[in-house]
Amino acid sequence: MAELSDTPAQPHAAVSFLKQTANTVCSLLITFLGLLAVTFIIARIVPVDPVTAILGERATGEQIATLRTKLGLDDPLWQQFLIYIRDVFHGDLGLSIRTRDPILSEIGRYFPATLELSTLGIIIGIFIGIPAGVLGATKPGSWRDQIVRLIGLMGYSMPVFWLGLMGLLLFYGHLGWVGGPGRLDSMYEMMLDMKVKPVTHMILIDTALAGEWDMFRNALSHIILPASILGYLSMAYISRMTRSFMMNELGQEYITTARVKGMPERRVIWVHAMRNVAVPLITVIALSYANLLEGAVLTETIFAWPGLGRYITDALLINDMPAVLGGTIVVGAVYIGINMFSDFLYRLADPRAK
Amino acid sequence: MTTLNTWLMDPNPKSRLQSRAAQTWLTWLRFRRNPLAMIGLIISLALIFMSIFAPLLAPYDPIAQSLADRLQPPLTPGHWMGTDDFGRDIWSRILFGSRITLYIVLLVIITAPVFGLIVGTVSGYFGGWVDSVLMRITDIFLAFPKLILALALVAVLGPGMVNAVLAIALTSWPPYARVARAETLTVRNSDYIAATRLQGASATRLIWGHIMPMCLPSVIIRVTLDMAGVILTAAGLGFLGLGVQPPLPEWGLMISAGRKFLFEQWWVATMPGLAIFIVSLGFNLLGDGLRDVLDPRSAGK
Amino acid sequence: MTLLSVKNLRVTFDTETGPVEAVRGVSFDLNRERLGIVGESGSGKTMTGRAVLRLIRPPGRIEADSMTFDGQDLMKASEPQLRALRGRRIAMVMQDPKFSLNPVMKVGSQLMEGLRQRDHASRSEARAKALSALEAVQIRDPERVMDAYPHELSGGMGQRVMIAMMLIPDPDLLIADEPTSALDVTVQAEVLSILDNLVKTRGMGLIFISHDLRLVARFCDRVLVMYKGKIVEELAAKDLLHAKHPYTQGLLNCLPRIGGSREALPALDRTASWAR
Repeated sequence: MAELSDTPAQPHAAVSFLKQTANTVCSLLITFLGLLAVTFIIARIVPVDPVTAILGERATGEQIATLRTKLGLDDPLWQQFLIYIRDVFHGDLGLSIRTRDPILSEIGRYFPATLELSTLGIIIGIFIGIPAGVLGATKPGSWRDQIVRLIGLMGYSMPVFWLGLMGLLLFYGHLGWVGGPGRLDSMYEMMLDMKVKPVTHMILIDTALAGEWDMFRNALSHIILPASILGYLSMAYISRMTRSFMMNELGQEYITTARVKGMPERRVIWVHAMRNVAVPLITVIALSYANLLEGAVLTETIFAWPGLGRYITDALLINDMPAVLGGTIVVGAVYIGINMFSDFLYRLADPRAK
Repeated sequence: MTTLNTWLMDPNPKSRLQSRAAQTWLTWLRFRRNPLAMIGLIISLALIFMSIFAPLLAPYDPIAQSLADRLQPPLTPGHWMGTDDFGRDIWSRILFGSRITLYIVLLVIITAPVFGLIVGTVSGYFGGWVDSVLMRITDIFLAFPKLILALALVAVLGPGMVNAVLAIALTSWPPYARVARAETLTVRNSDYIAATRLQGASATRLIWGHIMPMCLPSVIIRVTLDMAGVILTAAGLGFLGLGVQPPLPEWGLMISAGRKFLFEQWWVATMPGLAIFIVSLGFNLLGDGLRDVLDPRSAGK
Repeated sequence: MTLLSVKNLRVTFDTETGPVEAVRGVSFDLNRERLGIVGESGSGKTMTGRAVLRLIRPPGRIEADSMTFDGQDLMKASEPQLRALRGRRIAMVMQDPKFSLNPVMKVGSQLMEGLRQRDHASRSEARAKALSALEAVQIRDPERVMDAYPHELSGGMGQRVMIAMMLIPDPDLLIADEPTSALDVTVQAEVLSILDNLVKTRGMGLIFISHDLRLVARFCDRVLVMYKGKIVEELAAKDLLHAKHPYTQGLLNCLPRIGGSREALPALDRTASWAR
């Protein structure tokens, strides 16, 4: 009845690892330049005039002219774009209108908080998402599968800001199980600068390094809710993809081979199939990690989390466009970096890709 | 009924119409067996019903304020979902809000997929440098975090419903272009395309008349799966004050208004969030079920 | 003594349009001999082979009046009992090594897996056994093959690895499901003779599943001809040319022969009543 399915064979590309990596780097560089082009265009069509934004409404005509020349606004557009690229590659994202500080160093202070939050989130997502997906795939169509599927789809359907508010309402307001908004209780927040040296700007790591375990516990109670919420979002995606990859692998002939060899089902799934699922899953995890950085924008607003997302939204509300665009560029660059890294891991994990 | 059933189940259809009808019927039977997908269908139909008949269903005006009734808890007589800080009935606002949600979704799904479809088919059909350039541009847009690009765009264009739609559409077309291009590549070299070309059909005619219809099923499946995402992004923009502006009863905006007194008057933020959640869950369940029955590759059975 | 006895085996798949019967009441007995099962694609021969190992997954189901292997009832065996049989006593070689070997595991660890996991052999012991198994299938460079990934092997090489892997525990029954159909014609003969040799010297039972009637006749003692899930004829391999059933004759006649007549080959006659 069912003869072997005819999936196309993997092409045996004899392209060397190095050459492929160089290719990827090249194409990502072009993507990055494109990203800069888009932010540049956005920056130039902003209705807010950068000169008035800096000097205020009452500047004299002479002051405006000097500043325009200084900012290079009188040069042709393409020249401005080249200068813009040069500046970005030198790490100069301009000055924030609000604080007059260099944007890059501001982001350097905000970004670790986001990184900490989303890393914890993705870890939660992986540890729940993969087993959940496997659970669904091993009994497709069963109740178990439907429940996993429903929980996953619910994650896809929740507005993250609302989920955050509901989480605060329930776990902080009613049950008091977790800390409220912010990274620490205000008492600890005041002690933070005195007692803890900001080594990584990640609060869990810094407090642990300083040996301030009370503070560490407090920080944990604050981060656990937003991280779980982000973890739930990524779990939704990871479990769905795991399920579909796993279903695909379980239909393969080598699975039958493993069963013929008398391997227990546990080993068939978690060793034979999982090793194959892991390869495409790398890309999925990287993608959901990148998405978490984005999910962090809204989550950070809810949880008063001093991260990049909050930095961007705060800047937006007071029309601080250089800060908004600087933040966008950084997030875009991280996106691209994650892509590149996952591409690299993918080719390490799949022996056929070499 | 029985005769209709035998007609539909006839293994040797006598006309094209019969075979099509039988195919559709079989798809429907398969779809109906999936309880979650049916729930999704019912929710989606309910949303459409709600938004059409909002003025008839809503007990109160969604905008008119009545400060005497402010912050009534749920199950208050006349306000079963309670009232907000301006004394407006939350249920009425949610009903009218469904119109805004549906309107945004409709605007996005008639712009982004169409644009993506054009880019993808042209790119796939012509290949070569056209393909390289178009796909590079697509990649650039894909490299942007969607919500943040939408934020930046709205910041430039100024807040408002139309600008929010524009920003969402501008950030959501690339996946459609990818899907359409992949489909185009598979049909481009098929014999029937070659035959049509030999008859002297122009590139436009080929793309429009022969390639685009082939791409439609996969694009439609993506659209249903994306609708929930559109709703969530629109609500997110509204929540940040960058989308629909007050006093319009947009759900994200309503949540943001309720945030101020979350711990005291929880229902103001909870109710509109529930509405967003149920509606996007409905679209997701529907899209998921549709994909299972329409896309043979994902069936996996 | 009967090694395997199958009575009225049925394999059914539940689909949307109702149940589809892939195997419909197949019965046969097998001693330590070589039994061929022949039929077109879709005749149920593959499913018969897999049903013996109880490897049909839902939505397929297996039913039989009885199916005994060496005195043990396969229909009543628990999953651990079946696992003890699989691999150690009954093994199977599948059609295409491209799909039947795990693409991301090295050949060596796949070969040693059974020994390490099932028999708890030490690493060095497992390695020695794997190497000698590779030598038994006439692989000249076993060390290199152990360290290779399946995609780095040719089809013929892959199939030899597969045979080696299945024969390591010295099973009593080997099911070979189209073991050479996916290979180049030039290596088919080689793989077949390796398989033939091992089966003969170790004295195991063999179920050889193929669509190629002549190949089966040359290779087996007895042949079952299947059509639409049923056995339409059973005969000794040497009597094949005197097959009575028109379907078997049809299968024979639709192959070209060197020195045969140059007329158009007859199309295979499929009379529906044979399937009843």
